[in-house]
Amino acid sequence: MEVSVHNLTKTFGTLRANDRISLHFAGGQIHGVLGENGAGKSTLMKLLSGFLRPDGGEILLDSTPVALGEPGAALRAGVGMVHQEPLDVPGFSALENLLCAAPRWALPTRIEARNTLIVLAGRLGFSIAPDDPISALTVGQRQQLEIIRLLACGARTLILDEPTTGISAAQARSLFAALRRLAAEGNTVLFVSHKLDEVAAICNTVSVLRAGQVVGEGQVPMPQPQERLLNMMFGGGADHTNPVETPRRGVSTTVPAWQIEGVSARDGNMVLAGLDLTIPAGAVVGLAGLEGSGQQILLRLLCGQLRPSAGRLRLAGVDMAGATSATFRQGGVEYLPADRLVKGLVGPLTLAEHFALLQPGGAIINRHGAEVKARAAITGYNIKATPDSPILALSGGNQQRAMLAMIPDNTRALVCEQPTRGLDVASARAIWGRLMARRDAGCAVVFATADLDEILDYSDYVLVFFAGRVSQMLPRAELSAYRLAELIGGVGFDAVNGRAKANPQ
Amino acid sequence: MIARDHATPTISEGHTRRSALLIAALALVGALIFTSLVLLSSNVPPLAAYNLIFLGTFSTPTRISDMVMLASPLLLCSCGLTLTFAAGLYNLGIEGQMALGAVAAMIPLRLLPNLPPPLLWVLAFACGAAGGAMWALLVAGLRIRLQVNEIFAGLGLNFLASGIALYLVLGPWRRIGRASSSGTEPLPTDVWLPTFGTLRVAPAAPVIALIILVLIWFAVTRTRWGLELRAVGLNPQAAGRMGIPATRRLAESLAACGALAGIAGAIQVLAVFHQLIPSISSGIGLLALLVVLLIQANPAWVLPIAAAFAIFTTGSLQMSVALGADSSIAGVLQGALVLFALLARGLSGRR
Repeated sequence: MEVSVHNLTKTFGTLRANDRISLHFAGGQIHGVLGENGAGKSTLMKLLSGFLRPDGGEILLDSTPVALGEPGAALRAGVGMVHQEPLDVPGFSALENLLCAAPRWALPTRIEARNTLIVLAGRLGFSIAPDDPISALTVGQRQQLEIIRLLACGARTLILDEPTTGISAAQARSLFAALRRLAAEGNTVLFVSHKLDEVAAICNTVSVLRAGQVVGEGQVPMPQPQERLLNMMFGGGADHTNPVETPRRGVSTTVPAWQIEGVSARDGNMVLAGLDLTIPAGAVVGLAGLEGSGQQILLRLLCGQLRPSAGRLRLAGVDMAGATSATFRQGGVEYLPADRLVKGLVGPLTLAEHFALLQPGGAIINRHGAEVKARAAITGYNIKATPDSPILALSGGNQQRAMLAMIPDNTRALVCEQPTRGLDVASARAIWGRLMARRDAGCAVVFATADLDEILDYSDYVLVFFAGRVSQMLPRAELSAYRLAELIGGVGFDAVNGRAKANPQ
Repeated sequence: MIARDHATPTISEGHTRRSALLIAALALVGALIFTSLVLLSSNVPPLAAYNLIFLGTFSTPTRISDMVMLASPLLLCSCGLTLTFAAGLYNLGIEGQMALGAVAAMIPLRLLPNLPPPLLWVLAFACGAAGGAMWALLVAGLRIRLQVNEIFAGLGLNFLASGIALYLVLGPWRRIGRASSSGTEPLPTDVWLPTFGTLRVAPAAPVIALIILVLIWFAVTRTRWGLELRAVGLNPQAAGRMGIPATRRLAESLAACGALAGIAGAIQVLAVFHQLIPSISSGIGLLALLVVLLIQANPAWVLPIAAAFAIFTTGSLQMSVALGADSSIAGVLQGALVLFALLARGLSGRR
């Protein structure tokens, strides 16, 4: 199916999110759509899949103009979108989800739905059985189910919005194989991402958006030099040399930030047992591994959200037996969650109100003091906001910088969950600049991410998690990208295995 | 959950004031049209009815004093609910907290009748506040320890509270010689809160209510505790990460709300009914819920809206005599106002 847009325009208030976009996506190919955060990628995809209505211009499917008022109409016309967060019902099985999310005409009976699911999963190499409960599936598998649903409903154009966020490398590989197969069968695939290597790996063409407009002459065939794509995404002036400042080794001779001796802990059906670790002050430790291999347990142990069931955890030399997360916080541990607006910040409150909340003591709010602090944070951290801006109104990068700005100066240790999730390259680099400055001031930084480049670019030490086992502290300088990928996949893991064993039960 | 978003205060959003006024105007017009339709369908001339509802209260000093005696407990309950709404809680148990406050206020009045009245009054108010707070802490305990939603916990405890009041009225505290569900033996007149001449208004009641209103306004808008309450109400997880003891704040807001409801219950006993009756809360707690829903828990608006609602209710009491219609039309108008305000807010939020 061919998909074209002609002079497509969508405005939100004064913002022209899509400004006279004209593009043509040929059938049987995978088309990359690149752009930094806020470039208008998501808006374009929502227009194509019927979640938004255009203010001007037209959408043509196989050269016929169509009006896609709502997602159902778009799906009937053959366009389906896979969202970043799969939309499904956790209490249902895969089959039940397929049934309740598909219109009656697509899957009239339960038996037909079951057959469709098995056939499509087999054809695409997806590992889903009809009776798997959704709660037991990973994000990657739920995404696979969503693709199966869209195909079962007759989609011949698939839109994937940042599909590799939060899924494992193996799942990404299987997704890419499935997408190639779908394209080979004549379907059109639109692949939205800001990860250049992924786009290079699977796309036949690429279109770059910047500030709501198509950059340059429009669609360009792949492969293209990475340099050129970066230029198109960020404009000519942007600095895009790879930020490999040689990672500094932990030179600090002070007390280690954390000492973990024989610690065991359980979270859900995952158990870490017999963990022995020393995390030095003034170093960045990256937690690598497939999603859900036990990294979460360690992160939660380090900030006191999870109590060890055995063993001893010392924070800066102090035994933390029986301590709550509040005690850890008083001990200088700050936790930066991945879900900024869910666990990190209070969306409707303003920047100044956040600083007021963080003022030590005092029954009456010192409004002036809070505002001064907010202003200092705005200039110091380059946050695009005023002290009276509700946090909700800030972009993801600005929210992340605000969260960093709120970390007290006497912080001894930072626990970050995907510190640059959803941020564009420039914002991510700014965040890491801040984190590195903290490290150089003697703060320990522990972070988990699914992005291998991030691990390699910024870690002093790497801990690899594989199927619930934890490696020793591996100095980054002695680790190649190839070796890291092998370890994450479990190749030669025994040679670096720490004593810890975690067993999924 | 959607409705909970509406309950979040909008103190920091000065720039949205114009759209707030527009919403208020839309809600008022919508509610008036709706109420007029109800009036017309029962053959009551709307203008005459509105004349009574809006102005009927001001026809005699007696009615004005009745209005004040309704507005005082209503203000107290609205103040309490402002706190629980800020903390993101729907304290539907406020009726029960008021009833328990009234029951608790009766205890010193019955046990120590020989104390000097001023001391007795202080004791009665203190016991009322303690009783209401205790009843609200049951809700807090159910919510925090057992994950029972505060709406259901509150509603359940309301039934229990009215059962306790009825049991006391018919059982241990019944009138001498005859048990009557109409109430306990009236209190001796010297422990009634002093009134203004022959009017029913006891100046102490509105004075207490207004002092508490100022305190609550200050607490919510100026203190760290109030800001923490709002942070907990808006996002308990993030509040916890920033070091705010979230469950503690939830319990505190409920206890404070219960204490204020209990004081309102004590006013009902000391200054309105002068006895314990089974329906001592008279639906004032529920009316306060409407007030707080309408103003999105913004304490600056508690006084005007609570007063207006008291005026509507008192004014419409004459409906049956003057127009042969039921006085519950004030409730229709109040409910319609809230519904249309929520509707207008929802629509303006969607755009």
